Amino acid sequence: MPQGHQSTPIHDVVIIGTGAGGGTVTQVLVQLGLKVTILEAGPMLNPARDYKEHMWPYALDHRGAGPDGAAYFGGGSNYFGAHAGGYQIPGEPYTAAPGSQFRWFRSRITGGRTNHFGRIFFRCSDYDFKPYSNDGLGTDWPISYEDLSPYYDKAESFIGVAGTTEGLRSAPDGIFQEPPPPRVHEALIQGSCRNLGIPCIPARMAVLTKPHNGRAPCHYCGQCSRGCVTAANYSSSQVQIFPAMETGRVTLINDAMARELITDDSGAITAVSYVDKVTRAEKQIRCRSVVLAASAAESARLLLNSKSSQHENGLSNSSGTVGRFLTDSIATSVRAYVPALDGMPIHNTDGTAAYHMYAPWWELSKPNKDFPRGYHIEIRGGYDMPRVGAFNDLCRRNQGYGQSLKDAIKKDYGTWISLNGRGEMIPNADSFCEIDTNSVDQWGIPTLRFHFKHSEHEFKMVEHMQQHFTAILEGTGGTVEPDSRPTADKISTGGSVTHETGTVRMGDDPATSALNKYCQSHEVRNLFVADAGPFVSHPEKNPTLTICALAWRTAEYLAEEMRKGNV
Amino acid sequence: MAALINRRELLVQIAGIAAVSGSVGTAKAEHVHREITAAQVEPYTAKAFNAHEEKTLRALCERIVPGATEGGAFEYIDLLSSNSDRLAAIYHGGLASLDHESVERTTALFVDTKPAEQTALLDLIAFRENADTHPDLGPCIRFFDWVRRMTVDAYYTSAAGIRDIGFKGNGALAEFTVPQEALDYALQRSGLS
Repeated sequence: MPQGHQSTPIHDVVIIGTGAGGGTVTQVLVQLGLKVTILEAGPMLNPARDYKEHMWPYALDHRGAGPDGAAYFGGGSNYFGAHAGGYQIPGEPYTAAPGSQFRWFRSRITGGRTNHFGRIFFRCSDYDFKPYSNDGLGTDWPISYEDLSPYYDKAESFIGVAGTTEGLRSAPDGIFQEPPPPRVHEALIQGSCRNLGIPCIPARMAVLTKPHNGRAPCHYCGQCSRGCVTAANYSSSQVQIFPAMETGRVTLINDAMARELITDDSGAITAVSYVDKVTRAEKQIRCRSVVLAASAAESARLLLNSKSSQHENGLSNSSGTVGRFLTDSIATSVRAYVPALDGMPIHNTDGTAAYHMYAPWWELSKPNKDFPRGYHIEIRGGYDMPRVGAFNDLCRRNQGYGQSLKDAIKKDYGTWISLNGRGEMIPNADSFCEIDTNSVDQWGIPTLRFHFKHSEHEFKMVEHMQQHFTAILEGTGGTVEPDSRPTADKISTGGSVTHETGTVRMGDDPATSALNKYCQSHEVRNLFVADAGPFVSHPEKNPTLTICALAWRTAEYLAEEMRKGNV
Repeated sequence: MAALINRRELLVQIAGIAAVSGSVGTAKAEHVHREITAAQVEPYTAKAFNAHEEKTLRALCERIVPGATEGGAFEYIDLLSSNSDRLAAIYHGGLASLDHESVERTTALFVDTKPAEQTALLDLIAFRENADTHPDLGPCIRFFDWVRRMTVDAYYTSAAGIRDIGFKGNGALAEFTVPQEALDYALQRSGLS
């Protein structure tokens, strides 16, 4: 039997998850003077111990290939990344339905995926909130850009974002610090884009270039994915959770795998049941309200597993929409050897994470496109720190051995540029997650089964990406690497961009959505969701800033409802 | 050029921030510039290979990438093979087939042949297309591909290899700038300037 008795304390707010959503809700509620209790499925983060920033590859005997050489057999993990988990977590399986492919990335540690994410921090555009009104596909959000804009302001002001004011509708401006300059490969792409009439502007990154709120500016090691010990970039752990804990108003319970939300006869949540991973004991924590911030699919799983006689389809799921409308960003890439870079004086190109420049969507007003939505282009290149596999392609092309092989590697180093698309996927009826009734994880919790399918909209968009990436790269004088695979094989596998959204969507109509416009359950008044689950559509913008802004808005609403006695 | 912050300055800067926020301790600051060296003091004992295999593989690695010994290529392959049945099978079988081909051609095991004889065999097995004219060399050619790939990985992820390739990063900069000469070089050559 779960432990938990009437004598145990009642927590005002229980937040499940510590990523961008959980971190933001924690920060905002604590700033408003509330006490919060957080359940995190992984251990506590210790940046000094857990972040492998500045570690050379030879610090690991296996150099990052994995102790069993998994990198040579299509597996393995990024051993230098600041995540705890990955696409597979031992003892915590998931499945894909026959005919579907889906990869589910989970990071079980305080801060979740914000410890390692790309720090790309885009606002959604005004039109992104009204997709159905624009083209008759998908569903409009119950909020507009104007509703969310003040919260984008708040999140950017608090977190710190580098970028420039451009006045482009497809890339709404925010509150920015000065960005770092374009690196050489980015200047080449910028030049080629200029000739093609494609905008190429500084990226918007949650990376400081000036001191901000007691945090140091970036020291330009390019290792954001390893975690930043000086917190020069945004992680919810270092920027929100740790400072909030210093107020004494946060109770963080680590290694706590949420299992079920417990409701009373009135349908309100009274407690959260969780498994203490250390003792494997199931425990209950009583509460007045719950904020789910476990990630889109994990939050859906928790709701679907919270069945009762009153909630036979799971909690907050009378509409049957929980788990539905699952999407991921649409990615494809093209790379080219660029002779202009051959023989350039080698210099430090680390910079900030990912990319300094990008191309926002540019065909917004073009009529008669053969696909309805858009994408942006990310740029990769430079003299990266060598890693396992870095020269594998060169070895395959060049073959040979000895000094001539070394010379070829040196000549090839830093001469490649790749362009990577991030496009909008339109929610469809064939892409969703559900409980796999035949399977439980090692904590005894029923697991997820994923269904995933791309539509013609995505295939056409990927063809457009491939054509335009090729043109841009050739505009630098580059020779594009041939790729004869069919279009369907050039699209990233669902989930592999780790931008899964939807599954607990918001809307004005309780018959077609799980949450209202404040991400509060239509049915359970003390239940809120603050991750990418509430997204109604999947704009091409990377989701993190929108998660933060929505979570901020939800936290303020929750605090006000509590003050009024409504929750 | 961007100014390189020295360690002392960075520590002072971070200590100042820690005083403000209380969230960044000196232990963490130490971590920022921690340098890890892979100094191997003890004589290495092979885990996956016998003495003859070790001698052959060390020689092969060094022929593929001069400097591979310093780069720890043998130790790298040995460690991974000791933890992977698949890799162990590839290497045990590959080394045996290399010796077999060497004996066929010279009557001696690979490490016991003259450098020129080694070169003659390597020149054949280092190129996939030679499998068309020498079908019997297929296994050796596929094996060589594995050794080349893993030796290159080991060398260029070692201190020696990183120095050799000329990688300039993994440091701490006060500001990020792009050398004008590099910009000019690429823009002019691309015709985009």
